[in-house]
Amino acid sequence: MSKGSIVAGCLAPHPPHLVYADNPPQNEPKAECGWEELRWGYERMRKRLDALDYDVLVVHTPHWQTYVGTHFLGLPRFQSLSVDPIFPNLFRFQYDLSVDVDLAEDICARAADAGLVTTMMRNPDFRVDYGTIVSCHMTRPAWDKPVVCISSCRSTAWYSVEVMQEQALALAKATREAVEASGKRAVLLASNSLSHRHFTNESDVPEDMSQEHIYNHGQYLWDMRLIEHIRQGRGREIVDEMPEFITQAISEADAGSMTWLLGALGMPAYPGEVHAYGTVIGTGNAVVSWVPPGGAA
Amino acid sequence: MSHPIVKSVIVPGLPHPLLVPEQNPGWQQIRDGFEAARAEIAASGADVIVVYSTMWPSVIGHQMQARPEPEWVHVDDIFHGLGSIPYRFRMDADLAHAWVDRARGRGLMARAVDYHGFPIDTGSVVALKLLNPDNALPAVIVSSNVYADRAETIVLGKALLDALEEQGKTACAVVVSTLSNRLFTDWIEPHEDRIHSPKDEEWNNKLLEFLADGRLEDVAQLSRVIHNQIRVHKVVNFKPMWWLAAVAGQHNRFDGAVHAYAPLFGTGGAVVTLTPSASSVGDKEFDEDDVDVYRGDRNVLDGPSTPAPARASSTPGAPAAPAPPRDGGTVHAAAAPKPVGAYPHARRVGDLLYLSGVGSRTPGTDAIPGGPVRDGGGNALDYDIEAQTRQCIENVRLILEASGSSLDRVVDVTAFLIDMDRDFAGYNAVYREYFEPIQATRTTLAIQALPTPIAVELKVVALSGDVPKP
Repeated sequence: MSKGSIVAGCLAPHPPHLVYADNPPQNEPKAECGWEELRWGYERMRKRLDALDYDVLVVHTPHWQTYVGTHFLGLPRFQSLSVDPIFPNLFRFQYDLSVDVDLAEDICARAADAGLVTTMMRNPDFRVDYGTIVSCHMTRPAWDKPVVCISSCRSTAWYSVEVMQEQALALAKATREAVEASGKRAVLLASNSLSHRHFTNESDVPEDMSQEHIYNHGQYLWDMRLIEHIRQGRGREIVDEMPEFITQAISEADAGSMTWLLGALGMPAYPGEVHAYGTVIGTGNAVVSWVPPGGAA
Repeated sequence: MSHPIVKSVIVPGLPHPLLVPEQNPGWQQIRDGFEAARAEIAASGADVIVVYSTMWPSVIGHQMQARPEPEWVHVDDIFHGLGSIPYRFRMDADLAHAWVDRARGRGLMARAVDYHGFPIDTGSVVALKLLNPDNALPAVIVSSNVYADRAETIVLGKALLDALEEQGKTACAVVVSTLSNRLFTDWIEPHEDRIHSPKDEEWNNKLLEFLADGRLEDVAQLSRVIHNQIRVHKVVNFKPMWWLAAVAGQHNRFDGAVHAYAPLFGTGGAVVTLTPSASSVGDKEFDEDDVDVYRGDRNVLDGPSTPAPARASSTPGAPAAPAPPRDGGTVHAAAAPKPVGAYPHARRVGDLLYLSGVGSRTPGTDAIPGGPVRDGGGNALDYDIEAQTRQCIENVRLILEASGSSLDRVVDVTAFLIDMDRDFAGYNAVYREYFEPIQATRTTLAIQALPTPIAVELKVVALSGDVPKP
């Protein structure tokens, strides 16, 4: 078996608004339009990924929040209705998701060996979180690739950003080693926004784009700073600045997804391709892919 | 009608007492505590159970569960290994919708949730399965907005009271929340469970001491301290006790019963009931404002371009409050007596300020200068119309100043007296002192009664402060 590799890592934010505005048949609510910059950015990223011929999506999701370690989906198939608990008016999605259980188990075991608390989730009634579904759907709407789904251990809230990053980097190393051992070509998805202060009101027409903008200027400045780091290939600087970014931009990177992604990519010193930046109810979102030079991280 | 909340209940939301109580004596104790609370609710005569769950976070305002019969098989995000929880509940959709309407009327964003498959949170599922196992009572569940702080949460509670009073219903109010909320971050055997730290344990016991004494409002007043001492900061503040105190009447007159207290995977799980009572051990010093209407996000990070909310200013020489917006701007004057209904103190339309009827209660205490016109049994009392009229006009002044206007800008007055023969002369003398130089137009009417035991009320129209006098 040849050595597996991470062929790309992506920032793949999960606002349900993007699926809502895309009007896929699986989603019950229908939209007129909305958030085109981000949706077109996802289109560009999909084309980029299509050329890479990958086997599996590995997603780290802020919306499966676990306070006792890191959990992994551990059954071959999950099929149900996902209703967003915050935007049920926008997202009621019939999903049918296959899991690469072997790869999940190997990441889980290697992370445990590294000292993390890890758990395989094997309850067949479990509902997959909407963040995973949105990020996977926007990245691969055909749903023809198996998924490894990794929960977000909430160690930022419990301890500190520093502890979160320490754990996320250990999980990243386990992920990379497991992918390499699997012989598979993996695309990694960090399913998080950048700045994450929401509006607490919603327009009568949710896709009314005249109402959409960043929550405040400070959030925008932080988003642009992070994006410039991405564009200039300064992966390590992003991790270094993560405590300030999370605190001051109320960033969803507190979930550990972005740190995990950058760690698994080996702290990329090459540019990420920013396919789009846009806001969703005031939060800042970027669609980004890092494709390692030479084809694999 | 007596107070619509006939019972207040605090329960934890972790699934262990529902799914595996036999694995730990403390979990069984909490399960038994749920049963004691269930029996109290059943005997309370309540029409509905209303659940505020800290485990249902929302972002867009607050959400009220309004699906008549939500049904699903629930699995907890963390404790999925304990098993699945099938449920089918009965909701009071009418009350949920009325609560949404009344919350919006008080300035909150709120919406009803009526979708098949909506993910009801673990805490609400556990509470309703154990407190209302046969769906004997319909329920309403409300979310906990992650950004909400005290003002929003108090107003949310008051909006529920509006809705209950409108529908003539009584309710048991249930808060789903642990006391200390620090979970273990590694798996433990059931027999290893304990409160995460001695500090958490000490604070939990202090809170339970307050609650056993029925001091709910005092616990609410401590919410910020609780948040800092024994809560992991997942949201902006610890708010369930604000909500519970708001719906229960913002006082300490309860008979408290701590039915159970035990560790739940490191957190402090307690089952407490509070029954309205005539007695009280007294209040701690109330150090926060009451609030009736929510006026939106503070935008504290937005800098000086963000307009400050209008505030009352009755201090001589203090800068005048800014005038409200020309079209429909409402004024809630913190320094004036609180309204007795869902209305602002004043509203601006064009160049004019229209004041709601202003009575003679003293701001802050609601005492009536010169005495009330009747006692609690409805018996007539002697009173001083001149003192009441003077306070009434001073209250008008407070509201006008909070609106950026002033008493000398009044253009029209309608006065209501409950006894024209007895009171006109005294009222008219005081009126002259204030209004003779102003020369506002005036109409005086005799009416049968006013909502509080006062003898005089004024309805005033004035020029806004940013409009030149004619």
